[in-house]
Amino acid sequence: MAAISRDEVAHLARLSRLAVTEQELDTFAGQLDVILQAVARVGEVAAADIPPTSHSVPLTNVLREDVVINCLTREEALAGAPDVEEDRFRVPRILDEEA
Amino acid sequence: MTTTTLPTYDEAIAGFEPVIGLETHVELGTNTKMFCGCPTDFGGEPNTRVCPVCLGLPGSLPVANKAAIEATIRIGLALNCSIATWCRFARKNYFYPDMPKNFQISQYDEPLCVDGYLDVEVDGKTVRIGIERVHLEEDTGKTLHVGGATGRIHGATESLVDYNRAGIPLVEIVTKPVPGAGALAPEVARAYVTELREVIRGLGVSDVRMEEGSLRCDVNTSLNRPGEEWGTRTETKNVNSLRSVERAVRSEIIRQSAVLESGGRIIQETRHFSEETGDTRPGRSKETATDYRYFPEPDLVPLAPDPAWVEELKAALPEPPRERRKRIQEAWGLSDLDMQSVVNAGAVELIEETVAAGATAAAARKWWLGELARRANEAGIDLASVGATPAQVAELQTLVDGGKLNDKLARVVLEGVVAGEGSPTAVMEARGLAVVSDTGALTAAVDEAIAANPDVAAKVRDGKVAAAGALVGAVMKTTKGQADAKTVRELILERLGAG
Repeated sequence: MAAISRDEVAHLARLSRLAVTEQELDTFAGQLDVILQAVARVGEVAAADIPPTSHSVPLTNVLREDVVINCLTREEALAGAPDVEEDRFRVPRILDEEA
Repeated sequence: MTTTTLPTYDEAIAGFEPVIGLETHVELGTNTKMFCGCPTDFGGEPNTRVCPVCLGLPGSLPVANKAAIEATIRIGLALNCSIATWCRFARKNYFYPDMPKNFQISQYDEPLCVDGYLDVEVDGKTVRIGIERVHLEEDTGKTLHVGGATGRIHGATESLVDYNRAGIPLVEIVTKPVPGAGALAPEVARAYVTELREVIRGLGVSDVRMEEGSLRCDVNTSLNRPGEEWGTRTETKNVNSLRSVERAVRSEIIRQSAVLESGGRIIQETRHFSEETGDTRPGRSKETATDYRYFPEPDLVPLAPDPAWVEELKAALPEPPRERRKRIQEAWGLSDLDMQSVVNAGAVELIEETVAAGATAAAARKWWLGELARRANEAGIDLASVGATPAQVAELQTLVDGGKLNDKLARVVLEGVVAGEGSPTAVMEARGLAVVSDTGALTAAVDEAIAANPDVAAKVRDGKVAAAGALVGAVMKTTKGQADAKTVRELILERLGAG
């Protein structure tokens, strides 16, 4: 059985605001399936004495003191913006969603 | 659903039992943001407190702020939570420009603090509110919707984004569902947020100002028939004052009961509270809400707070506000009502410090809740910023107690103190406001008043002692209020042989 369905790929594409053609859906579903199957093989060798991990380095508590550093200037901050108005990043309107 | 006349609150609550839940967001008052060193102070020019990390520029990496972790653990401890010995941050993915990364770093199934409670007083009874979790995340940027007629999202053609707020540490505090409050549910919700605010203020980790958005509240409400399962809940956002917390629950109970009574069903949805109308309007439907695809944040390593450190933080917690209020109320001998007015005026600390500086509790309360509260109200400022310090108020009272100032003069002196003219003694001396205690000068003023009002003086001689008031008034006038009225009265009666 496939690790990811075509419908799931379509759903993820929509969440990511990616325009994906019907043709691409077939292609990506196949490719993602191969990737997920490969990753799933890790589960085959994971014994009960190996705890699940999300990080490749065995570190905890990497923290920063609460000290102010220099920010970017506004010009620098806005340099990469697609569009600027009133010193703010200008983006297309957002419909139906409020975070 | 057709619009029908809404029931009154009493009618609405008669047939149902409400269950409420509250999610509160608190912006921490750290110097810097959660994952970078940008400053957090309120009110900077747009996009001047940003860096590659909080702008989500490629190659930048977040590092967690130790002070924010500490503040969150202290909040958890103050709410009687267990502190995780190991937990991770999680990525909450969503497509919305208030976060430039297209995700928010939050916590998901491994919050820093879990399973606590907060006791609150409602209607003379103690209600225990269970705390589900306290977790740490980053605040979002501010979006300005332009091009539409209303300034709201609907109808806007574009959004302008300021990322100064993006990345400020935000603590989310989620209660367990609170059943059993019955008709008092709105008051319970308000009492909880009020008490939570006191607790957090007492910890000194946030300024918890609802009007500036450093404390924000979402209110969940559901209704069920007695004996039946809990109903479907709605989540009300945009609740920006303590009064609104209460109103939002009340209006949602009324609305839901009308829907249920007419045979309808409640949709699980987000609603927005309106300050103007006092009711809630539908927002985003939860059934079509974004799938956030949470996963452990790969750019941050796990947190493992040292239990010894947590114990240290616990030992150093301040006295809980509720216990402190009880202790103070007893020490000051105040009724519940008087204590409530002190708390509402934000005068607890001020009076406490004034007492510590030597005044009696009664005198301290008189100045802070009287003259100074009036001035603060008039100026629309906090009592603490009114311009007089507890030490100055204590000094003023010492001058009154020592007979150097009478009540009226003390008020004038206080005016000078508030205006920044110096200490009460300095103001008294500079303005020449001390009570005239020179008996010779007073006697002269009394004789003058008697001579100028012979008919009044005659009445007093005839035993109509009450008439002496007019003479006292005349003396006070010539001494510009700087005499002690009681002494003046005694002198007058003595002079007229009526004493």
